[in-house]
Amino acid sequence: MALDQSFIGRTYPPSPPYEVGVEKIREFADAIGDPNPVYRDIEAARAAGHPTVIAPPTFVITIINNQAINMLEADDELGLNWRQVVHGEQSFTYHRPIVAGDELRLSAVIENIMSRAGNDFVLVRTDVTSVSGEPVCVGTTTLVARGTA
Amino acid sequence: MTTRSYAGVSVGDELPPLTVVLTRENLVRYAGASLDFNKIHWDDKTAAEAGLPDVIAHGMLTMALVARVVTDWAGDPGALMTYRTKFTRPVIVPNDGVGATVELTGRVTEKDDTERTVRVELTAKFEGKTVLGRPMAVVRLLS
Repeated sequence: MALDQSFIGRTYPPSPPYEVGVEKIREFADAIGDPNPVYRDIEAARAAGHPTVIAPPTFVITIINNQAINMLEADDELGLNWRQVVHGEQSFTYHRPIVAGDELRLSAVIENIMSRAGNDFVLVRTDVTSVSGEPVCVGTTTLVARGTA
Repeated sequence: MTTRSYAGVSVGDELPPLTVVLTRENLVRYAGASLDFNKIHWDDKTAAEAGLPDVIAHGMLTMALVARVVTDWAGDPGALMTYRTKFTRPVIVPNDGVGATVELTGRVTEKDDTERTVRVELTAKFEGKTVLGRPMAVVRLLS
C-alpha cells in the first residue's frame, strides 16, 4: 500500500545536542580512507583557517543517521517498510564545516511523499544547527521504499 | 597545504582522479563510523534475500570517496558549499580479500565570478559503469 501523503509536513522535534568528538572525526576519516591532516591535526586545521580540526563533508550523515533516520524508522504511524528502503538521493548545503567540540541539534521534516513506478519516495529535510541556533548544514535525504506503492 | 586560488581555475579543468579499493573490512569500519548498520552492507544472507549478487557498499561511503577528489583539489575541505548525488547502481563488495575497485573523477563545469564559486561535476565508476547519478559539488575559493 502506498504511503499516506498526509504525512507530508510531519516534523520531528529537535534532537538532544550531539557533541562532535575529535576521535569520532578521526574514526570517520579513517573509515573513508581520507588521510587529510585537517581532520586529525589541530595545527593543520588552523593553517587552513579553522579554529580546530574539522569533520569531512559527509560526516554529518552520522548525525543524520543517529538522530533523523532512526526517528523515522521508529515512527510506526508513518509505516515505512524498512526492509525495502534504499538511499535514493542525498544533498548537503554547508554553512560552515563541522568542527570538533561542536554541540549540534538536528530537526527533521518530511518534505514530500510520492509514488512512482510502484515505489514510494520520501524526501526528508534535516536542519543541523549549533545549540545557539546558528545554521551549520542542511541535508536532504530521499528514501526509496521499493515495491511498496 | 595550499588552498587553490579561484583565478587559477578554468572551466574544463580535470581534477586529479582517484582509484580506491573497497573491501568487506572497509564496509564494516564505515558501518561503525557512520552508524549505518543496515545488514545489506555486511551480511551475505541479507544481501541474497534482497536479491543482490553480494553485499553492497554504503552509497554514502562512495559519496565520501568522491568528495575527496574535490577536497584534495580545493586544498581546504571547508571550501565545500554544496554537495549532492543520486545513488543509481550498487558497488558489489565480495568477501574475497580482493574487494571492489572504484574510479573517481571530476571536472570544472562552471565559474561564478560574483560568488567566487566553482562547480565541479564528478563521476564514480565500478566495473566501467557509473554508480552515482550526476554527483556535483560547489566550492568557494578565496582569491
